[in-house]
Amino acid sequence: MDALIRFTGTVLPLPARDINNDVVVPGRFLKMIDRDDARLRLALFHDWRFFEDGRPRPEFPMNRPEHQGATILLTGANFGCGSGREKAPWALLASGFRAVISTSFAEIFRSNALNNGLLPVTVAARAARALLAAVTKEPGLEVTIDLPAQEVRWRGGRASFPIDSFSKRCLVRGWDPLDYLLWHAGAISRFERTR
Amino acid sequence: MTRRRFCEAVGVGAAALALPGCGGRARTLYDKIWDAHRVLEEPGYPAVLYVDLHLLQDNTSSPAFHGLRRRGLSVRRPERTIATIDHTLSTTDPARPHPDPTTRAIIEAMRANSRGAGIRLFDIDSGQQGISHVIAPELGLTQPGMTIVCADSHTSTHGAFGALAFGIGTTDVERVLATQCLLASRSKRLEARIDGALPAGCTAKDVILALLAKLGIDGAVGHVIEYRGSAVRALSMEGRMTLCNMTIEAGARAGLVAPDDTTFEYLASREHAPRGRAFDEAVVRWRALATDDGAAFDTAVHLDASALEPMVTWGTDPGTAVPITARVPDPAARPGAGERASARRALAYMDLRPGEPLLGRRVDVVFLGSCTNARLTDLRLAAALLRGRRIQVKRMLVVPGSQQVKRACEAEGLHRVFLDAGCEWRAPGCSMCMALNGDEVAPGQYCVSTSNRNFEGRQGPGARTFLASPLTAAASALTGALEDPRRWTR
Repeated sequence: MDALIRFTGTVLPLPARDINNDVVVPGRFLKMIDRDDARLRLALFHDWRFFEDGRPRPEFPMNRPEHQGATILLTGANFGCGSGREKAPWALLASGFRAVISTSFAEIFRSNALNNGLLPVTVAARAARALLAAVTKEPGLEVTIDLPAQEVRWRGGRASFPIDSFSKRCLVRGWDPLDYLLWHAGAISRFERTR
Repeated sequence: MTRRRFCEAVGVGAAALALPGCGGRARTLYDKIWDAHRVLEEPGYPAVLYVDLHLLQDNTSSPAFHGLRRRGLSVRRPERTIATIDHTLSTTDPARPHPDPTTRAIIEAMRANSRGAGIRLFDIDSGQQGISHVIAPELGLTQPGMTIVCADSHTSTHGAFGALAFGIGTTDVERVLATQCLLASRSKRLEARIDGALPAGCTAKDVILALLAKLGIDGAVGHVIEYRGSAVRALSMEGRMTLCNMTIEAGARAGLVAPDDTTFEYLASREHAPRGRAFDEAVVRWRALATDDGAAFDTAVHLDASALEPMVTWGTDPGTAVPITARVPDPAARPGAGERASARRALAYMDLRPGEPLLGRRVDVVFLGSCTNARLTDLRLAAALLRGRRIQVKRMLVVPGSQQVKRACEAEGLHRVFLDAGCEWRAPGCSMCMALNGDEVAPGQYCVSTSNRNFEGRQGPGARTFLASPLTAAASALTGALEDPRRWTR
């Protein structure tokens, strides 16, 4: 996993709340033997992005010229609810996103995102509204996400966000949490002997 | 009294003796399972939680094995891991190689990975294949007090036995395969108290749909729910599994029901449950898991089961359930702007208008199946309504949850009831719940489904789903429209 410290990018606004993982990656794109980025890029929000005949829906924000190249998704509450498919954060990463900003996340999505270096940024409702207003007014607005400072900054606004210290250290230093578990193999063996 | 002597006096097993809290503060069922599985917890780090049982399924496992191979790791505890094929399998002719090459490759990868790691795979020739959340309980692999994980959000089902069970992602599968442990943080505790006798025509499915309507689809995020109260005690194990299955739809980490005589009776004859004296000793341990008097919950919700009606969803999330006699609600009446926008979007997708009655709404397809409602009692309930009658919908798929369920139905002649009524009698799998295997609802069609999710496109692109109980599904199949099952059961 690459280290993720601070970066600046533009925002794709998708303000609907409760966007579930069947919308993020529809079921029919799930079948893969190993992570397949080309398929995941096509799958991302597929049925909201395309008509049934495959033409792009011009009004969908991802298809708007002003949002091309966005690396930050700004979305409504309870993002990633429903299915626990890890293909949801994979598809976002494969499409160039590095962070998702919302007022809340579904738990399995949040955990899957952190496990893959996609940063779930939980901000207060007022900050989310302010950022949405700023991006709506100026779609190319540059937004900085500063993980060590746990802060989102843009011209005219800023918001802090919480993250547990272990996840933060893993992301900033590029650590894999599996190494922490493997490091404790002895403790795990001792635990197994007590049962 | 020393802690050891106290614990012996109250019948706490050896595993709990080493843990803080035993004989101290009053604990919930969740706390007891958590404490007994915490390998270590260092300041500034999540807890290392031991996993007793790891279930693998075809749709999410393969990349985890690739990850293990890339790192040169092996499976630490193959005997604590079982595998099944459920998501991608054809329900018409599962034994024939699947026509889709990717599906074929996924199934072959599941076989090769299981074989290579020494993991027991319940394959289609085992006689015990089925949906993971159906087979682990029916084989007696799911037991009270266990920790159980699977890369499938409906792993919450196993909470019906008083096991801490939850869905994980593929990266976590790799970690559990390598270490038999997970990194986890303690959840808050939510008490869902459900009292009163269920009225005729209502089932566990109606209970959970009503509870989801009350909690909302993010109402339990950060919590583990313990279901308590007289209505929960009165449910069969299959009903409790339906209840716990949809716990995830409220955003909860897991759902739990404390084990009792109903649980022990269910487990007594199961293949992998302890036997003889070992079983009696296990029952003593399992009884001690119940939440102590005076243990505190962070949140509470109450539901009066006696006031329930058969429930059905009108929207595109499982929290949109209303009594089947209700009318489609007006989005304008919802509390927040976000909720109003979601409801308007849902009505447009479902092509429904505020104020119109749900009863009598056209139904094209009925799906009786899934890890929510594909067990023997579910199929018996539906068959009782269908017996001697013909369905009025275009098609009705009946997909038993496992080969065991299928055989039991056939021994009782239920498959004849379904076939005579005009239904399709299929082989076990997840099938039309998520339409991964080719069983799907056509664009624009309405499906009454006994599954757990009515999200846009879940049952196929453009498919429109009404979630309901097996009784409501059968009654609607007989009418060709949304129907109140009480009109057929009285």
